[in-house]
Amino acid sequence: MALWQISEPGQSPLPHAPRLAAGIDLGTTNSLIATVRGGAVTVLPDAAGAVLLPSVVRFEATGRVTVGRAAQEAEIKDPLNTIASVKRLMGRGRADVHNSPYRLAAGDAGTVRIITDGGVKTPAEVSAEVLKVLKARAEETLGGALTGVVITVPAYFDEAQRQATKDAARLAGLPVLRLLNEPTAAAVAYGLDRNPEGLYCVYDLGGGTFDVSLLRLSQGVFEVLATGGDALLGGDDMDAAVVALWEARGAHAESPEDTRALLRKARTAREALTTATRVTVDLAPLYQGELSRADLDQAIDPLIDRTLAACRRVLKDAQAKVADIGAVVLVGGATRTPRVRERVAAFFRREPLHDIDPDQVVAVGAARQADLLVGNTGAADMLLLDVLPLSLGIEIMGGLVEKIIPRNSPIPASRAQEFTTYKDGQTALAIHVVQGERDLVADCRSLARFELRGIPPMVAGAARIRVTFQVDADGLLNVTARETTSGVASEVTVKPSFGLSESDIERMLAESVASAGADAAARTLREQQVEADRMVEAVQAALKTDPQLLAPGEGEMIAAHIASVQAARAGTDPQAIRSAVGALDRASAAFAARRMDAGLAKAMKGRAVTEFR
Amino acid sequence: MAVTLTESAARHVQRSLEKRGHGEGLRLGVRTSGCSGMAYVLEYADQAAPEDTVFESHGVKVLVDKKSLVYLDGTVLDYTREGLNEGFRFKNPNEKETCGCGESFSV
Repeated sequence: MALWQISEPGQSPLPHAPRLAAGIDLGTTNSLIATVRGGAVTVLPDAAGAVLLPSVVRFEATGRVTVGRAAQEAEIKDPLNTIASVKRLMGRGRADVHNSPYRLAAGDAGTVRIITDGGVKTPAEVSAEVLKVLKARAEETLGGALTGVVITVPAYFDEAQRQATKDAARLAGLPVLRLLNEPTAAAVAYGLDRNPEGLYCVYDLGGGTFDVSLLRLSQGVFEVLATGGDALLGGDDMDAAVVALWEARGAHAESPEDTRALLRKARTAREALTTATRVTVDLAPLYQGELSRADLDQAIDPLIDRTLAACRRVLKDAQAKVADIGAVVLVGGATRTPRVRERVAAFFRREPLHDIDPDQVVAVGAARQADLLVGNTGAADMLLLDVLPLSLGIEIMGGLVEKIIPRNSPIPASRAQEFTTYKDGQTALAIHVVQGERDLVADCRSLARFELRGIPPMVAGAARIRVTFQVDADGLLNVTARETTSGVASEVTVKPSFGLSESDIERMLAESVASAGADAAARTLREQQVEADRMVEAVQAALKTDPQLLAPGEGEMIAAHIASVQAARAGTDPQAIRSAVGALDRASAAFAARRMDAGLAKAMKGRAVTEFR
Repeated sequence: MAVTLTESAARHVQRSLEKRGHGEGLRLGVRTSGCSGMAYVLEYADQAAPEDTVFESHGVKVLVDKKSLVYLDGTVLDYTREGLNEGFRFKNPNEKETCGCGESFSV
């Protein structure tokens, strides 16, 4: 029995009218849109028959906006107003971006803005122009409005970058069914779900990003075991490597226009070398010469080394070996380069899959997923799981991080953990949500802070506060805190102001490994400091409440021990703190016992023995 | 003659109307089409037409035109969750057969 949704007046859907859905690969270099028609995926071409739409947008002073090939052609004569590779700026802060060929400014909360003759644009606005063109292409081809789209994003995109992508879709008037990780989409395109159970690897070297994902297929369900990547690495960097080679051979760029001309020539030469073994380069007066496949291989080998290092890390993360992998899928135009295929095959000791056009494979998978999500394909018999790129946790006493959801957990995910109060009569709890792998809050990224108020006053440790982290399918985080005895609750949805770049994530992961020892020591120290504070506070409170129970000289003796705990706490030796706390504990033991007896005597006074049975 | 909403359906309609920002209530109806004869209409109502009968259910105005009411009398509209999907469900005592997918019905 079908479930219904409310429609706008006069727009109730006809029964069995197919819902139009599309998958969009919003790429750094090129974007494309695909849809399922009659059970088969079609990548939709424009009127001229081209399926790839260059992700280039030109904003002119007249307000005219051109997108795609026409904009690309204007790139050399109008470089400052012709924006390419805007995906690299999505969800980023102004301070994160260096060496941009564009005029940049900082917007709200430091987010990056691009100044053009046609106005100041956010990266999402630029992407929206690309999406609008794809939307128009699909609606013209399919003869109706799109019910929903699936847009792919690199696996490493954080919440802010995903949000920026969603913003772009909203500006383009596209209803987003969900965002899908690019490698996950590629697996769907190859129908790996019909393959034998086991591990599969997706190697995606696009124009601007490199992603590697390890998927596990079991009982028809895909789970992404681990994802990794290399910061800002792709075909663009190969072009730059070729230009560097030419410069070493005497080419000399005088202006940004020259550099662009060289880069474009490098790309065509590189593409030609996919089939040819030698090409002639005539870019007089800038450069004249030849480029052989051996030259190219030598220029790009260091870049391929970086991708293979990332592959090794992902295998290690998932505790898998090369021999465990059932198939390797190649995605992204740069994987057409023979040297890339050759070295990937050597690394994984098997020939990678490449029969679906590597430029289209992600869009094909996204279209399959979109078709499924709008309900055109009967039962949702395929379930795709993505993973969290970095651990999520909260701050606990002493500035330490308690991880709630570890990194590489499949999402959507929901995990809960119980916490308690630290002080007697504590009625509020500040919750600080952080992202990262390090032990100290100061080394992680702060996502949000909120407070749980109205906890009934209880002794320290009696309240039961359940903190639940929920990450939805798009990677957006919702945190709720609930005191279970009273039911008071509070929550926050994380909409980070701007995000981490892939290189930041890489750096944070690398640092967490490099500083594992230092982190552990810092954690031990903080734990001892917290314990010292708790102990001193408890003893001081007792001294204040029951001074009459002190033996002569005992008060001074305990005070001396408190002073030595405080002195040790100011230092950095956890052992010294531990022994000082132990000494204070022993010194105050007799006093504590008398307080206990007095308390018991008071409770039992005037009551019959039988009452205590 | 009556058409009613369950509490959860009414709550959801109320919320949807608030999110939409305007609208009188909910319009229920039927129209002929689909593989089994009739199809339901479930829409926001921006204003009542003269041929409408207006019901009130848990604070939500439900508008049904007279022709549709014949087929909808006694219908209870519920809001349910099925796995990851959620939406409205028509519980219509007049319904004799539905097509396999439940998108259309006959009386």
